[in-house]
Amino acid sequence: MSAAELLDPSVAERVLGRALANGGDFAEVFAERRGGLTMAIDESRIESVQSGAEEGAGVRVLSGGTTYFAHVDGLDPADLERAADEAAAALRGERAEPRALRAAASSPQPIERPPGDVPAARKAELLRELDERARSAGAEVAQAMASYGEARREVSIANSDGLLGGDDRTRVRIGAQAVARRSDRVETGAETLGAARGFELFDGDPAAIAESAAGKALTLLDAGPAPTGSMPVVVGGGFGGVLFHEMTGHGLEADHVQKGASVYAGKLGEAVAQPLLTAYDDGRMPGEWGSDAIDDEGAPTQKTRVIEDGRLVGFLHDRRSAAREGVAQTGNGRRESFRHLPIPRMTNTYIAPGEAEPEAIIGEVEKGFYAVSFGGGQVDPATGDFVFGVSEGYLIEGGRVTRPCRGATLVGNCLEALAAIDAVGDDFWMKTGICGKGGQKVPVGTGQGHVRIAAMTVGGTEA
Amino acid sequence: MSDLAALAGGAVEQAVANGAGDAEAYVSEAENREVRVHGGEVESLTAATQRGLGLRVWIGGRVGYGFGTDLSPPGVSEIAARAVEAARAADEDEFAAAPGGDGEPPELSGLSDPARGEWTADRIADLALAVERAALDADDRVAAVEQAVYFDSAERVAIASSTAAGGEYETTSCYAYAQALAEGEGGRETGLGFDLARGPARLDPAAIGREGAERATEMIGSGKPASRRCPVVLDPTVAASFVGLLGKAAGADAVQRGRSPLAERLGEEVASTAFALHDDGLDPAGFASAPVDAEGTPRRRTALIEDGRLRTYLYDSYTARRGEAASTGNAGRSGYRSPPGVSASNLVVAAGGAGLAELLAGAEGGVYVNDVAGLHSGVNPVTGVFSVGASGREIAGGEKAGPLREFTIASDLVSMLGAVREAGSQSRWVPFGGSVSTPPLLIGEMTISGS
Repeated sequence: MSAAELLDPSVAERVLGRALANGGDFAEVFAERRGGLTMAIDESRIESVQSGAEEGAGVRVLSGGTTYFAHVDGLDPADLERAADEAAAALRGERAEPRALRAAASSPQPIERPPGDVPAARKAELLRELDERARSAGAEVAQAMASYGEARREVSIANSDGLLGGDDRTRVRIGAQAVARRSDRVETGAETLGAARGFELFDGDPAAIAESAAGKALTLLDAGPAPTGSMPVVVGGGFGGVLFHEMTGHGLEADHVQKGASVYAGKLGEAVAQPLLTAYDDGRMPGEWGSDAIDDEGAPTQKTRVIEDGRLVGFLHDRRSAAREGVAQTGNGRRESFRHLPIPRMTNTYIAPGEAEPEAIIGEVEKGFYAVSFGGGQVDPATGDFVFGVSEGYLIEGGRVTRPCRGATLVGNCLEALAAIDAVGDDFWMKTGICGKGGQKVPVGTGQGHVRIAAMTVGGTEA
Repeated sequence: MSDLAALAGGAVEQAVANGAGDAEAYVSEAENREVRVHGGEVESLTAATQRGLGLRVWIGGRVGYGFGTDLSPPGVSEIAARAVEAARAADEDEFAAAPGGDGEPPELSGLSDPARGEWTADRIADLALAVERAALDADDRVAAVEQAVYFDSAERVAIASSTAAGGEYETTSCYAYAQALAEGEGGRETGLGFDLARGPARLDPAAIGREGAERATEMIGSGKPASRRCPVVLDPTVAASFVGLLGKAAGADAVQRGRSPLAERLGEEVASTAFALHDDGLDPAGFASAPVDAEGTPRRRTALIEDGRLRTYLYDSYTARRGEAASTGNAGRSGYRSPPGVSASNLVVAAGGAGLAELLAGAEGGVYVNDVAGLHSGVNPVTGVFSVGASGREIAGGEKAGPLREFTIASDLVSMLGAVREAGSQSRWVPFGGSVSTPPLLIGEMTISGS
């Protein structure tokens, strides 16, 4: 897509000029058109069908250390000028001049079948398949729910350095949830499938996620209480990577680092993990959930090595944090929409495959815990304290996975837990997540193979 | 009729012209400002205007929803077409129908503070800077304030429908918070201080900063508690998070779909008599208060738990029809982008007679919980079983003692409510878990997992 479709270059230049009317070091206009469709199936009935389209723009002016930001709904030249005037209103300096715009080439993620071209009835049919598949997974499956979502975001970005760029982003995602019941016992299981791709994602067997969600719920019916105390923990691949995302990834976002609010501040070049661990943030992985052609400031996305053989080698930057440190942008300036300011965010973050076989990683544990997947997690980047809810977990006894456990929580501290990773598996896959930071939600990918943490606190349901 | 009400009415007509049997339009217009400060400097100053339309349509028993920001006549027509198309993709639901009228909305005052708009950008920036300074000045061990933030909003809403009266109202709200960083004994701790009000003049920047500093410094030198079962005192901020979960569990939607720990418990004992809970959509101090709910039904005050018994569930028009009950005015929505659904308005826990000292004295050998984390992942919404990360203080000699971190507390919602021994006398509005007003709560016994 050419950026000019959303943002006429001559209008953009005029808007940037008005944004700098009272001075400033830098001005930017971010224009966006976003649309999408979501629907759900519950009680075997298609419901919650929602369709929307929004347009708007955000204008920001940087002056010294301060950002002046205004956003409006609508993309008429008058809307954009109003935003520029509001952003400039609190500045008190001399007019500055933006440079002439030069359109940059754009290469959005390729989409084979735009979901907007697929009839709604086909999406409903997909949800019915998910529903039936979950319900047929076992007699104890009491309920099934599934959801479908498609979103398209067209963005155009122009700034006073002369950049004019654009991107056209399509994402689709389905989710399945099952409730299993045996007398008083009620357990839930969930699974998702998503990508920065079109409806072609659902070629093959998308309904397998419903079976998997139901399988998790059924497994939990047989679960006993989770153990309590410090023990070796083996974390599963794919969404297991959310552990690394939370406990390390957020601490690598340069805004936290520069405020001294990251446990990794001042540790660049130091060993933070054992030499078997290497990790990346990569916004260019084709079709991955956290991938875009450019970030939300117009910088190309890239593959950034953050940990190399256990040493901390890189942070994730947006324009401001990079300028502040005199380093290059890393394509991590992301925002939820035109209503938000860009901040350093992860894209697809993962621990690179290691050399250990998953069976051996578990086989070496005498007594421990196997966390296959998480319901979610939370970390305080400043202290490094984190907590994770385990959605699927098992006991490990004598090197073997034995019984399932319910209600387990992992708590710990980032620095200690990362340094305690003593095995990284050679299996590897990615999963989708929605990450919240500063009130903004963005799609992120997480990934890894099986990983073992030598000791971690498991908080169970028994004292 | 205001411009917004006219817009909403026009959208309803447009939807019916496009093939909808019935339609309901929700139009909102908001003006927001935010200031973020760090290190004595303004980091960012944001000014925003937002305006959008959400249109819910019914075709027989099929419901669809369309929304958008283009409120020109062709824009509204496109939104109407989207909504109608969405309804055609939905399955029929025998209980789906446009809400009927349900009485006159009450006159509510105090939802809006006109002084908000009189505060200039410089003045609100000064307020945020004062919050940061108060945190830094409160204690030498406060090394920095990660962020001090001021936010305010003025919003107008109009609702119109082909079957009911609709409604219109205006609210303002503002809040400020500071996340303080304290250092000591080789460690680093964070603490949040916050306050909320209808207008900026009601915020106390010094108190907000001081609270952030206290919550950070009190955690210096923290260790893990021994795993045990013991009494627990929940700070109001923590109690509010659990009360928020309770509000979700009391929603008729979750109940009717068999996904609530309160399902089939109507009239039964679900809490100790020390715990009483109302849903109050009329208290001017509560941010969810309005004359009407998100589908135009009058807001009201509803007793949820009294004398330990579950008195009612929370209903919107759909769940009321399905459950053969009356709507309790509990249709909520997160803006024009999403259709209404059942949600609590303001949840108000009744204050008891015990001061903090009495609560602590009653929890000797227990733990005061300052903060919980991982509520979204550590709770089974169907059963209410939870295990969440926590931090806080030992309780010894009737006082808060050694700071504690990296432990979990576990129970289930109903057992926890049954174990409430006493509610404190000092309530506070907390914006976590919805809009909740609650005192600290003394729980007789809970499971603590530490070392």
